[in-house]
Amino acid sequence: MDLLLEALREAVRLLRTGDGDVYSITLRTALITGASTLVAALVGLPVGLGIALGRFPGQRVLLAIANAGTGMPPVVAGLFVAILLWRSGPLGALGLIYTPWAMVIAQALIATPLVVSFAAAGVMALPPSLHLQVRAMGAGAASYVWLIAREARLALLVAVMAGFGGVVSEVGAAMMVGGNLSGETRVLTTAAVLEVNRGNFGTALALGLILLMLVVLVSAALTTAQARVRRR
Amino acid sequence: MSCMSLARMLGVVVAAFALVACGGDTGPAAAPATSAVAQTPIATPTPPKPARPDMILATTTSTQDSGLLDVLVPAFQKATGYQVKVIAVGSGAAMQMGERGDADVLLVHSPAAEEKFVADGFGIERTLVMHNDFVVIGPTADPAGLKGSKTVAEVMKKIADKKATFISRGDNSGTDVLEKNLWKSASVATPKGQSWYLETGQGMGATLTVAREKQGYTVTDRATLLAFTGKADLPILLEGDPALLNVYHVIVLNPAKLTKTNTEGGRAFKDFLVNAETQKMIGDFGKEKYGQALFFADAGKPNPLGR
Repeated sequence: MDLLLEALREAVRLLRTGDGDVYSITLRTALITGASTLVAALVGLPVGLGIALGRFPGQRVLLAIANAGTGMPPVVAGLFVAILLWRSGPLGALGLIYTPWAMVIAQALIATPLVVSFAAAGVMALPPSLHLQVRAMGAGAASYVWLIAREARLALLVAVMAGFGGVVSEVGAAMMVGGNLSGETRVLTTAAVLEVNRGNFGTALALGLILLMLVVLVSAALTTAQARVRRR
Repeated sequence: MSCMSLARMLGVVVAAFALVACGGDTGPAAAPATSAVAQTPIATPTPPKPARPDMILATTTSTQDSGLLDVLVPAFQKATGYQVKVIAVGSGAAMQMGERGDADVLLVHSPAAEEKFVADGFGIERTLVMHNDFVVIGPTADPAGLKGSKTVAEVMKKIADKKATFISRGDNSGTDVLEKNLWKSASVATPKGQSWYLETGQGMGATLTVAREKQGYTVTDRATLLAFTGKADLPILLEGDPALLNVYHVIVLNPAKLTKTNTEGGRAFKDFLVNAETQKMIGDFGKEKYGQALFFADAGKPNPLGR
């Protein structure tokens, strides 16, 4: 119990003094997970819509892969990306390993299946009559997809939130491809692991609390957007 | 369903993205840039920029968990202009990275494996840096009755005879290799698979926590234990046996075999570690915080292991 109180005090102290680079680590966490979520959304939303609306061979296989991908352990995704990016790997010459870019690649890989799976499920849950209505309006292919996406916008927002949630809290891939380098690739989760390894459990918990605040902040912003969308 | 409302909906989504992404693509590029500025004090004259400033140091968890590298690496970067990426894994994994050319310099503590690494042509200029020692710790109740034992062989035998809970690293790190050798030297078959023998597969710090919670015995380097003091909660039951010496060497990777490595950077780090000023920093590290040194500087001295 003492440890929990100590953690709370430590979180307040860290935020007040900015000790241990806590602000730059938090900002870095937001930037890296934000960029990976953006990439995952840009790839995942169209793919999810395509799976839900299209008629093409391999459609179900693709959906099954995306659904299975939601359970992919981050450390495995991280290892896969690391093997590609290590100097000895096929993309080693790019010099991306142990950079924030490597983390964005690995985390986008983790978040994309989440976005695809949630987006496809959301679109498929729309009532079948809606498709008939939209077609009856004489919509072309592009505006058909656009109108359906508009109807499913809440589900698509949730899909993006799921992707964000999947990467902001993961530590395996961030550690593997980022290396937890101070001032470069140290994010809140990997910093917390380091403090645990050093036996500074209070500080580790404090970093966890700060991560939680970041998540609450982002989801509050998204939920507000969600409520605004629904009212219309 | 007017165009207006579509545009506004799009606006909301874009705003949400912007919130999530906080500037999106420019993010990762901006992060290192700001930190680079923060790391360079204005007053210090910038050293001549190395031809290839990025380098990777693969090392053991004890050098990072004890906080030693937090002192040494910034000093090295300031003195030379290199940017060091520190990857703290076990000594075994560090040498694996070395064999693949995924690191430029190693700071490790697994002497027999190091000798093989050099003999196989992966490493050059293996140089003694420092030492401390390993200790055997365990619960205050001491169910295996280790207190008062004279040698580590005696201690390992007692633990095995009593089938007392023992927490092993089990990660092929320097500490893990040493522990396996301790069983061997006590003529006890490695207890892998026994119900009282638990392998964490994690670093020393995490393993100390498991040992505390399981009230088990374990072998730890003194630096990590001291950095953990008050949290490990397990008293030292045996120390001072010469078999428990913990010797750290720096190894530069062989450019003849591993063509992609940054040999200049690796060599610069080796030279930095053994120069007199750094050796003093190593010897003084921890005195203020823990009341005693965590490492003994050894550069230029005979190897404490006698080889």
